[in-house]
Amino acid sequence: MKSQMESQVERQNISEKFGELKQKKEGALIGYVMAGDPSAEATSGVVKALANGGADIIELGFPFSDPVADGPTIQAAGQRALAAGMDIEHYFKLVRALEVKVPLVCMTYYNPVFRYGVEKFVEHAAEAGISGLIIPDIPVEEAADLKNSCEKHGLDLIFLVAPTTTDARIRKILERGSGFIYLVSRLGVTGARADISGSTKELLDRVKTDIPKAVGFGISTGKQAAEVIKAGADAVIVGSAFVRIIEEGKDVNEKLEALARELKSGILEAN
Amino acid sequence: MTGTKVSEFQVKGKYGKFGGQYVPEVLMPALEELEEGYERYKNDPEFVRELDHYLRDFGGRETPLYFARNLSKKYGTKVYLKREDLMHGGAHKLNNALGQALLAKFMGKTRLIAETGAGQHGTATAMVGATLGFETIVYMGAKDIKRQQMNAYRMEIMGTEVKAVETGSKTLKDAINEAMRDWVTNIGNTHYLIGSVVGPHPYPMIVRDFQSVIGREIKEQAMEKEGRLPDSIIACAGGGSNAMGSFYPFIEDREVKLIAVEAGGKALKCTEKAALHSASLCAGEEGILHGARTKVLQDKNGQILESESISAGLDYSGVGPELAYLSESGRVTARYVTDDEALEAFHELSRLEGIIPALESSHALAYLKKAAESGELGEFVVVNLSGRGDKDLETVLSLKRGI
Repeated sequence: MKSQMESQVERQNISEKFGELKQKKEGALIGYVMAGDPSAEATSGVVKALANGGADIIELGFPFSDPVADGPTIQAAGQRALAAGMDIEHYFKLVRALEVKVPLVCMTYYNPVFRYGVEKFVEHAAEAGISGLIIPDIPVEEAADLKNSCEKHGLDLIFLVAPTTTDARIRKILERGSGFIYLVSRLGVTGARADISGSTKELLDRVKTDIPKAVGFGISTGKQAAEVIKAGADAVIVGSAFVRIIEEGKDVNEKLEALARELKSGILEAN
Repeated sequence: MTGTKVSEFQVKGKYGKFGGQYVPEVLMPALEELEEGYERYKNDPEFVRELDHYLRDFGGRETPLYFARNLSKKYGTKVYLKREDLMHGGAHKLNNALGQALLAKFMGKTRLIAETGAGQHGTATAMVGATLGFETIVYMGAKDIKRQQMNAYRMEIMGTEVKAVETGSKTLKDAINEAMRDWVTNIGNTHYLIGSVVGPHPYPMIVRDFQSVIGREIKEQAMEKEGRLPDSIIACAGGGSNAMGSFYPFIEDREVKLIAVEAGGKALKCTEKAALHSASLCAGEEGILHGARTKVLQDKNGQILESESISAGLDYSGVGPELAYLSESGRVTARYVTDDEALEAFHELSRLEGIIPALESSHALAYLKKAAESGELGEFVVVNLSGRGDKDLETVLSLKRGI
């Protein structure tokens, strides 16, 4: 049974992907969706649609009951996934079976990881074909255990940098982060917004590193994606705009693919 | 302040393995700023003078340590009640709200946000927000607003905006999530006034220090009245602020037994999605909730369980990290009583002493009732009467009517 679920597709890791894009001088589109929203079966189609539309990396959320860094759209997605029975075993099984080549990043909160066992979680994530981890409620100071496990199993640990982050903290984060650096474009929680903050450019300038810089929080259109790339980002992260399509539930995969395509063309125009 | 007294417990906001700062990056600078502000002002003469002034003339401190004659007679031991119920607003919550709001003022903040469960902390925040001239917003679970309508009105009357939280279990933990989201968004001008000894460092330390006025007074009053320290101190614990405030000045007085009484709800059991109780110390497991590593009610996947209690103020899935540490190290004894036992104690104190206790405080009283006979509490017991019960009359009446 299990072997039938296994995917035969060879997945790239994050640095391979960014290396390939760099050669083509192309910015990356990183798409976020919640695993198991509204069902594990639906997620397979959703991920494929994003990849077909041009997503270069896919963040697959694992739901947590109390997601303090997320806005209402993603919180609701998490509640739908939990209601549908998503748990860690199902998550890894789902990830293993996904037939996409793009790197997959797991995004969740620290308590599910801690409860499962940090080392065990990272090991199983690596086995399932996850390339990186984003845990928004663990600042660098508390991340020693997680970082050690990630290094041992070859996973990237991706940290966030916010407009409020001081230069001293940015240095600390850059020492420990890998894969890409997740720049939070504005204060607040996740969620699509009409405006892209002017502080994005300033933040991109403040983060001096060779690690690819990905900007997220509030981006939902090709035009915004283009602005972010023009401001100096290597990648654009879009989550809530995709999740909202899933929430609406009509022609989901077609719309997801179309939005991914719009975002990716915005990125390509900017390059 | 007695903030540095037990300094061996603290390494960067850690209490043993508990505590820490598990928060989104965007909050880290704000926590650093808060810690710096607290260290700068906590011993500043002007700050200390203003806080003392407000605690005394606005809040009504010191609160009496009252010898409960009839209760003592019934249980055959000297029972004293620390009368935090007599504080302005009807609960101990004002101690912390005044301290933090003044600190926020000294730090130049203009907007206060807070979460509230029973509405006591929200009310305290509304009071200080009004008197100190802040724009004040309180997040309250929609379910809690229903249970504590009067407190919601009280806050609004004092000019506070009460925002109903409709997400998750619609109780305290969801109100905390919402308040954290607000803080993340409005960090420049806003102070998040956390109401208990929970959350990321430095909150557990700050709230404990501001609440420690309770324990310091108990100590002085015990010496005045009995010429010695009590044999035991009993306090209820949800997040644990009145417990930490009562216990902290006694941590090094090892002969004083410190008992934290949690809400056992209907029973110490769980369904798939929810606990039937709120006893994180007694039945929780290690985890990370609201910025701290502590004891948490959770399922095997690390999802936080909804908690339950007759008392909205104890209805919380976590507990303060320092209390988790003290409980695990054995310095504090954690116990629980059920809803029914708390209710019985509520009526008993009302009838015997003419004092209607809050349902939260009734848990501490219920443990007195349970344990006094065995002699384990000794001959001189202090129960922290953390709040008055007027706010709970509707809950108690509807239970009586069987609704």
